[in-house]
Amino acid sequence: MADEVVLLDFWASIFGMRVRIALAEKGIKYENKEEDLWNKSPFLLQMNPIHKKIPVLIHNGKPICESLIIVQYIDEVWHDRAPLLPSDPYQRAQARFWADFIDKKIYDSGRKVWTTKGEEQEAGKKEFLDSLKTLEAELGDKPYFGGDSFGFVDIALVGFYSRFHAYETFGNFSVEAECPKLIAWAKRCMEKESVSKSLPDRKTVYEFFAQRRKKFGVE
Amino acid sequence: MGEEVKLFRGWSSPYALRIVWALKLKGVQYETIYEEVSNKSRALIEYNPIHKKVPVLVHNGKPIAESLVILEYVDEIWKQPPLLPQDPHRRAMDRFWAKFGDEKVLPSIWEAFKKQGKEQEEALSIAMENLKFLEEELKGKKLFGGEEIGLVDIALGWLANLVSVFEEIIGLQLMPEEKFPHLFAWMQVFADIPVIKESWPPRDKMVAKFQALREVHLSKEAQND
Repeated sequence: MADEVVLLDFWASIFGMRVRIALAEKGIKYENKEEDLWNKSPFLLQMNPIHKKIPVLIHNGKPICESLIIVQYIDEVWHDRAPLLPSDPYQRAQARFWADFIDKKIYDSGRKVWTTKGEEQEAGKKEFLDSLKTLEAELGDKPYFGGDSFGFVDIALVGFYSRFHAYETFGNFSVEAECPKLIAWAKRCMEKESVSKSLPDRKTVYEFFAQRRKKFGVE
Repeated sequence: MGEEVKLFRGWSSPYALRIVWALKLKGVQYETIYEEVSNKSRALIEYNPIHKKVPVLVHNGKPIAESLVILEYVDEIWKQPPLLPQDPHRRAMDRFWAKFGDEKVLPSIWEAFKKQGKEQEEALSIAMENLKFLEEELKGKKLFGGEEIGLVDIALGWLANLVSVFEEIIGLQLMPEEKFPHLFAWMQVFADIPVIKESWPPRDKMVAKFQALREVHLSKEAQND
């Protein structure tokens, strides 16, 4: 019997991107259902009653929520190809640690950069860049965070690349100037079809956030 | 070659207790190094330079930080008894509940604990909304892990200790038995497990510590008014 895989998603969500990339890496066919986050479908509310958020992966009718949990699920179910997590338990723990770091540090600080101005924005910028520098140090000279192969931490982080242009414009800074190795890494990831097809165009992202900024009253 | 397992921990931290429980349940020999928040050892900072926090597990010289990450590592290295099930969907659900506990339940209970008056009422209402989800999840089960203790029991186990400490200090019920009969029953079963029972930090010290913390928070709020 064929697997039925559905993804409840939102085009600009970095969390949705993680799942898209994981599914693409494993070559899994799925149906992508775009949600309007300002008018959530009853189906989404039924599939994720606790958080009411995307992404939600629905595999043969059973929902799985939280992007990093979904990526691990995908890796465990389709374990016969393109491993996303390392096989060594210590390396796996390090991968989970860094994915957790990305969740704790990058999203909120990035959000401050596009939703605020003045002192608050400056504080957000600093935290955002400091966190990226820490990640850049962790990357070192490796081609990917996972080493020679693209993996879990790369998947956790690369979606943010689609927002860098927007953040840089609103915050008046350049990620490349501060973290050149990280940009090189992002471009390397974008050479993979699983990534380039999963990330939205940066100009479209910029325009979307520019519209949203007006609602926050910071334009 | 012998295994060398060290656990850097604080005496009262619920996060560290998770690791203690997991190691004891699996019969792992380990050394404990107690850390003071205000006077962190050089070793701790070396082992966890990013967050500089406890708990940190050091296994044969290699450090792992973040309690839920450590728990999965411990479960993968010392496989019996297993904390996570084999089935990928059940594993995903366990991870979901552990994360829900840390990101929603714990902060909301903490908020209800450190506030007062109307703000406390509102915080309490949010905390109870979160607890309701856990109550639902427990229906038909003895423990979150089913018949045996699992990752979610360990991740949420702090409830079985801190809730009564907090209730004693604030004089309010955070988890009334009538509203949360399953959670209440679970707390009794969980707390009765020998490894759990023997590992609680001293209650009088806990009450004193959190009483002092609440007073600090309340006076900060008063200053901000």
